[in-house]
Amino acid sequence: MVMNLLEVNNLVVEFPTRRGLLRALDGVSLTIAPGEILGVVGESGAGKSLTGAAIIGLLDPPGRISSGEIHLAGERIDQYSADQMRGIRGRRIGAIFQDPLASLDPLYSIGHQLIETIRTHLPLTAGQARQRAIELLEETGIPAAAERINHYPHQFSGGMRQRVVIALALAAEPQLVIADEPTTALDVSIQAQVIGLLKRICHDRGAAVMLITHDMGVIAETCDRVAVMYAGRIVEIGPVQQVIHAPAHPYTVGLMASIPDLETDLERLAQIDGAMPRLDAIPPGCAFHPRCPRVFERCRFERPELLDAGTSRAACWLHAPEVAP
Amino acid sequence: MSQHGNPITRWLDSDVGYSLRNSPVAMTAAVVAFICLFCALFAGWVAPQDPFDLATLELADARQPPAWLEGGSPKYWLGTDDQGRDILSAVIHGARISLVVGLTSVALSLLIGVALGLLAGFIGGWVDALLMRLCDVMLSFPAILVALLIAGVGRALFPNAQTPVAFGVLIVSITLTGWVQYARTVRGSTLVERDKEYVQAARLIGVSPLRILRRHVLPNVLGPVLVLATIQVATAILTEATLSFLGVGVPPTSPSLGTLIRVGNDYLFSGEWWITVFPGAMLIIIALSINLLGDWLRDALNPRLR
Amino acid sequence: MKSATSAEIKSTGDSTSSTHPAKHLVQVEGLSKTFDLSASWLSRLLSGRQASLLHAVDNVSFTIARGTTLAIVGESGCGKSTLARLLVGLHSPTEGRVLFDGTDNAVARPLNQRIQMIFQDPYASLDPRWTVGDIVAEPLLEHGLARPGPELQHRVSALLESVGLSGSDLSRFPHQFSGGQRQRISIARALATEPDFLVCDEPTSALDVSVQAQVLNLMRDLQRDRGLTYLFISHNLAVVRYVADSVGVMYLGRLVEWAPKSRLFSRPQHPYTRMLLDAIPKLRDTGRSRTPVQGEVPDPLNPPSGCAFHPRCPLANERCERERPQLISTDTGSDLGSNRGSNSGRVACHAVQEGRIGFSGT
Repeated sequence: MVMNLLEVNNLVVEFPTRRGLLRALDGVSLTIAPGEILGVVGESGAGKSLTGAAIIGLLDPPGRISSGEIHLAGERIDQYSADQMRGIRGRRIGAIFQDPLASLDPLYSIGHQLIETIRTHLPLTAGQARQRAIELLEETGIPAAAERINHYPHQFSGGMRQRVVIALALAAEPQLVIADEPTTALDVSIQAQVIGLLKRICHDRGAAVMLITHDMGVIAETCDRVAVMYAGRIVEIGPVQQVIHAPAHPYTVGLMASIPDLETDLERLAQIDGAMPRLDAIPPGCAFHPRCPRVFERCRFERPELLDAGTSRAACWLHAPEVAP
Repeated sequence: MSQHGNPITRWLDSDVGYSLRNSPVAMTAAVVAFICLFCALFAGWVAPQDPFDLATLELADARQPPAWLEGGSPKYWLGTDDQGRDILSAVIHGARISLVVGLTSVALSLLIGVALGLLAGFIGGWVDALLMRLCDVMLSFPAILVALLIAGVGRALFPNAQTPVAFGVLIVSITLTGWVQYARTVRGSTLVERDKEYVQAARLIGVSPLRILRRHVLPNVLGPVLVLATIQVATAILTEATLSFLGVGVPPTSPSLGTLIRVGNDYLFSGEWWITVFPGAMLIIIALSINLLGDWLRDALNPRLR
Repeated sequence: MKSATSAEIKSTGDSTSSTHPAKHLVQVEGLSKTFDLSASWLSRLLSGRQASLLHAVDNVSFTIARGTTLAIVGESGCGKSTLARLLVGLHSPTEGRVLFDGTDNAVARPLNQRIQMIFQDPYASLDPRWTVGDIVAEPLLEHGLARPGPELQHRVSALLESVGLSGSDLSRFPHQFSGGQRQRISIARALATEPDFLVCDEPTSALDVSVQAQVLNLMRDLQRDRGLTYLFISHNLAVVRYVADSVGVMYLGRLVEWAPKSRLFSRPQHPYTRMLLDAIPKLRDTGRSRTPVQGEVPDPLNPPSGCAFHPRCPLANERCERERPQLISTDTGSDLGSNRGSNSGRVACHAVQEGRIGFSGT
């Protein structure tokens, strides 16, 4: 059995506020195999970006990992110091964020930033690094790469900038790439291009991807497996086709039903009444139970673990072995 | 989030109030500033003696050192000056004048600066360009020079000025050096708020531009300005002190802290240090506590730092 | 001054229309908006630069039938937001006109009561310092539709309840509400003056999917109950499929296709529409390889000659580069001038007119 590239076990992230300790991630566990693309989907406030930030060591203070473990290729990294994490970022974990303007320093040419990243992590000379940077840009589809390597971020369009960011993330040949809403800010037609690029370039390098997004369509097109998050917990995780077409958790069912369909005319969009609870007001038991159409007594006071439901797993008492299907 | 209770308890319970309660520096500064303000406002009752009433002065008590030194007496805690004036009383009264001048000029600066900034930001175009160039011109002059210039012009226009007129000229001169930064800050904020959807929604409803400015934009741009104003009070007081020190500030019949410092300067080398040091110390205390309050306010109002 | 019902306003407002209200509530004719983004005259003189004009909206014409929803789709830079603002009067047109219920919008007194708008950003569309009650009450007070006091409170509570909030929310502040709830407050504010026409600029783009479903359902219910007419701007074609009766596709300020919804989705005509539909990541049928749209949206300040889409179009020929296509009906190829039935679509494409495009898709 091949060892998992990334293993997250019962990760708990807390924020001390003056109103008490806020638990933003409550026991998140997931794995990513080498070369696999895992989607992490959920609505705002569910904790998907926080999960990515915690893994890569970029949690905004005063947030901190209170318990749980993160293993990267067998090595435990959640307790690493800032310096150690800096060594990991770029070299072993690459990051792509939503806003390319935030990832690229406007004062330096993209070539400068690429070469700097390459040379920080790989023992190459300036000339070799430059050559490699040009190759990377060509691979990400930037036309006239040898020329444009000297251009500044503002001279690129949004889609092009995101390609540069992808190049930057992959410059040091990381094993894992964490992409947080990489295409949300882009136009639909560009989205398709960039997602396709991300998928292809990671496949070519054997890099695994953790794709964080709220867009189910992107997940369907790109990912192998998907984890659905709600109120700081994973409520369902499994193969993409399974989760999307035969969801096991009532929240996922509701979520899928509320997505407007491009291909059929709907009389009415199904909606989940209510809203995701705020982090300081998470109900006991299953966090979804106040909104769940299939709630029963156990859900109200006992929090479900991820239980087997066919090929996926869902944190729902409906799938407890003693419950009749 | 409490919506009940009176406004004061609600404010103390808010994030800003909580921040104040938790910052010992800010609390101390607030307390000190409040004490100074109180003493200054009620100088007539707080000060043991009226330093301007020549009849109450006893020349025999002149040049007495502070009470804890040899030669001093408990009647004059901080000693007396060359005319038998109680230094403590003089400092309290001087502080009042300094604070009155400082607060008034800042209030006027605020009024002018905020109004002009709002207009420049909202109307844009040549109005904006004109006002900004005006600001640039004003900023290219050192504040003290402008104040001196206006004070000098004032004196030339009103050679036998009565005290209120002299005060008026002084306040105007400090006001005119201070309004520019409010105008610029407010203009910048107005530019941002003007394009926000809630302003467009108000336009769509049919609200007149003036009402939009007053009821929607103004409350939302006032935040950074208040921080500025707090710190500006200290600057205004210091400017007034400088002018008075130079002899072109308040009339000599109502000495402010600056005047006292200047007068006391002459006696510094003859050993009567207390005549200049205590007014100086008071000036520092006022300016420092206001500055610290302003610093805290800026951090407390900054959502990123919370 | 007293609260007039919509019917009274309608009958007294029409000075130029016939005795019955126009079939199309909104008629847009040759609407254009050009922004002058040039540097100042002096610096242009010194540097020899040309004036740069942004044709944000370029000769757009369409109609909206009463009680229906027209959706306008397009990507960034296509001009849909500018179009929305032109329709409500936040911008004044450079050319062309908007007829509302038969009356020219620019000539008549601004119709603030009958036309309202819902904005994209739920966080910036409510004044953070006003209570929700004051926000919703503002249009009522401005138009004298309610007197301050219990009557006003009652009206405001009723409005809040009609959008799914509670009447007691009127003393709270916007930051105490979620994004979806804020959009509901915006809708309540927009409905205060009982408008006929609502322009919605990407009202759900900033919301989560499940919240979006709630707001879209609410908007549909309100339309049905109050006979509202919507102009719905969106970049999300799936949402458009759910809400729209007819759809207009914009590209670089021009209307390239305009058709009833069923027709647009089953038989899209314009190459850009087809590619747009194809590029959207789908939940089903994900294994099929598809050709993503080539290239990127060109600089709006420097649009391509002729048909704006020709550099990216697989069917572009020499005429496309030279001549800008007009909006023609796809049934008979005649001009927009004649009042066609609602079943026909309109396309601005030479390939369609010349019969070079098939109906099997790409």
